[in-house]
Amino acid sequence: MGAGHGHVLYRESDSPVHRLPPEVKIVAMVVFTLAVVATPREAFWAFGAYAVLVAVVAALARVGPRWLLSRALIELPFVLFAVALPFLGSGDRVEVLGLRLSEDGLHGAWNILAKGTLGVLASLLLAATTTTRDLIVGLDRLHCPQVLTQIATFMLRYLDVLVGEARRMRVARISRGDDPRFLWQLRGFAAGIGALFLRAFERGERVYLAMLSRGYTGRMPAMWQGEGAASAGQWLVAATVPVLAASIAATAVVLS
Amino acid sequence: MHISNGIIDGPVAAIFAALALAALTACVLRGRRDLDDRLAPMAGLVAAFIFAVQMLNFPIFTAGVSGHLLGGALAAMLVGPWVGALCVAVVLVVQALIFGDGGVAMLGLNITNMALLGTAAAYALIALLLRVLPRTRAGLAVTAFVAATLSVVVASQGFVLEYWLGGTTDLGNNLGGLAGTMAGVHLLIGIGEGLITATTVLTVAKVRPDLVYALRSLRTPAAPAVPVAGGVR
Repeated sequence: MGAGHGHVLYRESDSPVHRLPPEVKIVAMVVFTLAVVATPREAFWAFGAYAVLVAVVAALARVGPRWLLSRALIELPFVLFAVALPFLGSGDRVEVLGLRLSEDGLHGAWNILAKGTLGVLASLLLAATTTTRDLIVGLDRLHCPQVLTQIATFMLRYLDVLVGEARRMRVARISRGDDPRFLWQLRGFAAGIGALFLRAFERGERVYLAMLSRGYTGRMPAMWQGEGAASAGQWLVAATVPVLAASIAATAVVLS
Repeated sequence: MHISNGIIDGPVAAIFAALALAALTACVLRGRRDLDDRLAPMAGLVAAFIFAVQMLNFPIFTAGVSGHLLGGALAAMLVGPWVGALCVAVVLVVQALIFGDGGVAMLGLNITNMALLGTAAAYALIALLLRVLPRTRAGLAVTAFVAATLSVVVASQGFVLEYWLGGTTDLGNNLGGLAGTMAGVHLLIGIGEGLITATTVLTVAKVRPDLVYALRSLRTPAAPAVPVAGGVR
């Protein structure tokens, strides 16, 4: 189980964005997203400016546009709601391609698509440049309660345990003559889900007890050692993106 | 169920963020007491399990919404309402920060629906049903199933309430339709969730009943040790 510290979305690299301490990146990403959401939806130019900001950070982080855009497709189910709005919305109707659509609904759909996509791109950039371990260290430095960081640490650790156990159980089923296909695979999986949970728990419990006996008190050593916490200079560097975004949002609000 | 950025307007999102923050603070304070050597790894595993099942997303094209399993009832059953709500909240925070599932600005709304409403409804039902139903395996299975099914529907109605308060697009009379679609679809999802929750809880209760939080208060007191005169024979 030599699981690494990365996750599926992490991109190993040594770019300036990768080197920034995690807490700085988390704050920058959250402030950027809040600025985007606060922007009035009619200010189309503002969303273009945000997209340019995202592109600059992506280039600095050496994350290619193809990687970014293909990963951004995961938001599809979440923005499907936007597609329905022009048909469901009330108020004035406009003709678009022979369809009578609600004007308010069209604006609403654009609103969700633009803000949703920018938010997803921002979080993908955070994911591509930050390991899960660093993410938790960052949350801890931002004074997130220890109960939460503890649960998050175990969650990320046990995800690998769960996936590993599920794979072992699947191999065991197949080697005993099960022939799982698309939907029928679900039956075998569902019948074994309780067993999977217990197996993963008992494995996780052993790991936890081993950690306790080696002096674990609820925080990982990387957190109380305090090395690599952000310096004032790093805060300033990372603040450029959210400050720019906030000024764009403020201008858009004033102009609208 | 994850609300992405821009679906609900800013002020309503801010109000729900404040609400979620207050409720989570209460959960942290109460949860700290619950989180002992046995519950800590369980809370982590429950969170990992919920994280994994939430990856399964069923888009519902006709209505333009998507649904997935929530896991609130499983969390309430295995780690209690306080730590349970924290587990679901942690899942949502990590999803929002690095996977872009649900907007960061909408985190308060998502936490209110899935972590708070879902877990609270599930635990209320669990507490009630475990008292009413016979203390058998079937009783436990029915409890887990009903709590999981209904908690998903309750959480989905949380979204309808939030949309009514601050949806960015006025749906007019279609809001009732939205409520109906969300309830219907999530009833179906809830049945799936109920089956998964019931199987998981039953297996855990059979092999390691000490791990099921909801059974703690109902545990029949161990037969009192009979003092043996004259020491151990």
